[in-house]
Amino acid sequence: MKSLKNNKNLYNNLITIGIVVVGYILVTILSAAGVLSNLLQGLLVPLCAYIILAVSLNLTVGILGELSLGHAGFMCVGAFTSAFFSKCTQNTITFAPLRFLIALLIGAACAGVIGFLIGMPVLRLKGDYLAIVTLAFGEIIKNIVNVLFIGKDAKGFHFSMKDSLSLNLEEGGDVIINGAQGITGTPKDSNFTVGVILIILTLLIVLNLIHSRDGRAIMSIRDNLIAAESVGIHITKYKLMAFTISAALAGTAGVLYSHNLNSLMATPKNFGYNMSIMILVFVVLGGIGNIRGSVIAAVVLTLLPELLRGLNDYRMLIYSIVLIVMMLYNWAPNMIAFRKKLANRFSRKKEVA
Amino acid sequence: MKKKIMSLCLVLAMAAMTLAGCGGSSAGSDTFKIGGIGPTTGGAAVYGIAVRNAAELAIKEVNAAGGINGYQIEYKFEDDELDNEKSVNAYNTLKDWGMNMLIGSVTSGCCTAVAAESSNDNMFQLTPSGSSTDCTANNDNVFQVCFSDPNQGIGAAQYIGSNNLATKVAIIYDSSDVYSSGIYEKFVAEAANQPFEVVSTEAFTADSKTDFSVQLQKASDAGADLVFLPIYYTEASLILTQANTMGYAPKFFGCDGLDGILGVENFDTSLAEGVMLLTPFAADAEDAATQKFVSDYKAAYGDIPNQFAADAYDAIYIIKAAAEKADAKPSDSVADLGTKMEDAMRTITVDGLTGAAMSWDADGAVNKAPKAMQIINGNYSLIQ
Repeated sequence: MKSLKNNKNLYNNLITIGIVVVGYILVTILSAAGVLSNLLQGLLVPLCAYIILAVSLNLTVGILGELSLGHAGFMCVGAFTSAFFSKCTQNTITFAPLRFLIALLIGAACAGVIGFLIGMPVLRLKGDYLAIVTLAFGEIIKNIVNVLFIGKDAKGFHFSMKDSLSLNLEEGGDVIINGAQGITGTPKDSNFTVGVILIILTLLIVLNLIHSRDGRAIMSIRDNLIAAESVGIHITKYKLMAFTISAALAGTAGVLYSHNLNSLMATPKNFGYNMSIMILVFVVLGGIGNIRGSVIAAVVLTLLPELLRGLNDYRMLIYSIVLIVMMLYNWAPNMIAFRKKLANRFSRKKEVA
Repeated sequence: MKKKIMSLCLVLAMAAMTLAGCGGSSAGSDTFKIGGIGPTTGGAAVYGIAVRNAAELAIKEVNAAGGINGYQIEYKFEDDELDNEKSVNAYNTLKDWGMNMLIGSVTSGCCTAVAAESSNDNMFQLTPSGSSTDCTANNDNVFQVCFSDPNQGIGAAQYIGSNNLATKVAIIYDSSDVYSSGIYEKFVAEAANQPFEVVSTEAFTADSKTDFSVQLQKASDAGADLVFLPIYYTEASLILTQANTMGYAPKFFGCDGLDGILGVENFDTSLAEGVMLLTPFAADAEDAATQKFVSDYKAAYGDIPNQFAADAYDAIYIIKAAAEKADAKPSDSVADLGTKMEDAMRTITVDGLTGAAMSWDADGAVNKAPKAMQIINGNYSLIQ
């Protein structure tokens, strides 16, 4: 009995990873055949980043059961620390994959550490309060990045929170992080293959965590905190574990994102609460706690506004309407009943035939 | 099983969409396809829409007059929502459409992101208003119609210094905006060489741009007799109103972002009396070309065009001049066309709405004389 259940998990996980692999092969073939439009080729890497973000947030929202609205903040940490590293070492480490690997580790580690530090006070809260505080932390991260000036010259690094003039750089010095203007000139080290490898890695980490002993403990906290505590589960430890892993994975997505764009700026759009909510929308639409759903929702919702470009100014309006319709179709109780009825009718017809 | 079928359907649907997405890539070679990128939705939509409309107006004129080298122009404008990533997506969309040349992006950050992509393709790119030096630096294919930020900052400081407009200068700028902080930095650097002193520097951000009493009070306490405003006109109109309320009346000096201040709704334009600005374009200038542009634009789109619109209008005529010089044809490949156009750009001079005898240096920055305007009797008038 037990082995059957384990096999079922393995089977489900394999399907999820299989979808990603099939998608990768399909895109590679299309790309090699030259029929893939430039738009889609340009979207591939951001798409990978969004999938990783959605899966990692699902760990916090779906598995740990806490609503976090600051996920883009962790992505921001990963993006900026890794882009900073890559820009500094652009001329010293010329082998791009090695540089990207180190940048990846740095980005994930920094985001993880920040996640751990923020998690300690924040995870004492529950529900709406936790959501609001994570929202605030996400905004704080974005705003700190926006006033941060870091330059480098022969003497070493210079920091300032005022403007790039007060860095007092020597002749030939280079401003690396230029406040609200962000980092310009990050080497383009990420590509689709790396993105897919990172997605699979993320899926392996998250899916294995869910089905591990630790994952069971985390889910027991979600289902009943008091019961979990009464059987001796270390609540703080497991909460922090899930939150930190989730943050580190978001940092990974940030690394992927920043190494795809030449000029990286922390605007409300890409690292503010807009983005956090966007990621949450991926998770909710795909199904809370459903990892495969997150992957599919992230793909669909990222492609949708781009594929609607033909509609010009009505594009964002229609995107919103489509989003509402999809949410209703997925989650409204009447719709669920209607879908069941529909499914029943179809299956009955099949039996009759 | 049902889920499996569902996901299979989804994959197939996506594959179909992919294929559908590249229908238009085999371009007909009898028209030039010019693409444009800028924000037409969201907070910066005013600028994107101005560029979109003015470029369209200019293209209609060029087409009516026989096109470029006898070829008509097709035009398509894509929204980037003021987002670097979306801007690159828009660029890729336009490439799928078969774009030969690009006008954009409208804003500096997006322009820098797009320039990194377009330089790989050697796509000829002319930005009407992306004023940061990052747009053109290391990108041979990118040219600007507007002044670069450093030129504006240095120009403003030199103008104030050489005309002895002030001894103590205060600055209020938007630290979250590339344009504003770019000008600010160069202004301060150049101010060290000028006979005035910067006594107060106050910043605001996009999140806090409605109340400026603190910044004005500090400027007033420092005894500044001139306030430098390297910002856009919406905030400047608030600053002028609030300065008036608190009884502080220094000289105000701005850059091209202040153009349009007389058109702000519910703004008492008498407060702007005496404000000086360095701008390449004023909608109520007296010359025939400007008046024709303004009346045509107003007839077509119902607004008075701002400086962004004028830059975009010039951009089309600059492309026309360069393409004629280079003897460009739509059948040239994108990269060949880019090389031809780049060589031509460095040799031509163009008279436009935003400057006479514009020429371009090796970096792609424009050389044109800055014009200083002063608002007198509710009109922009050129300071000689």
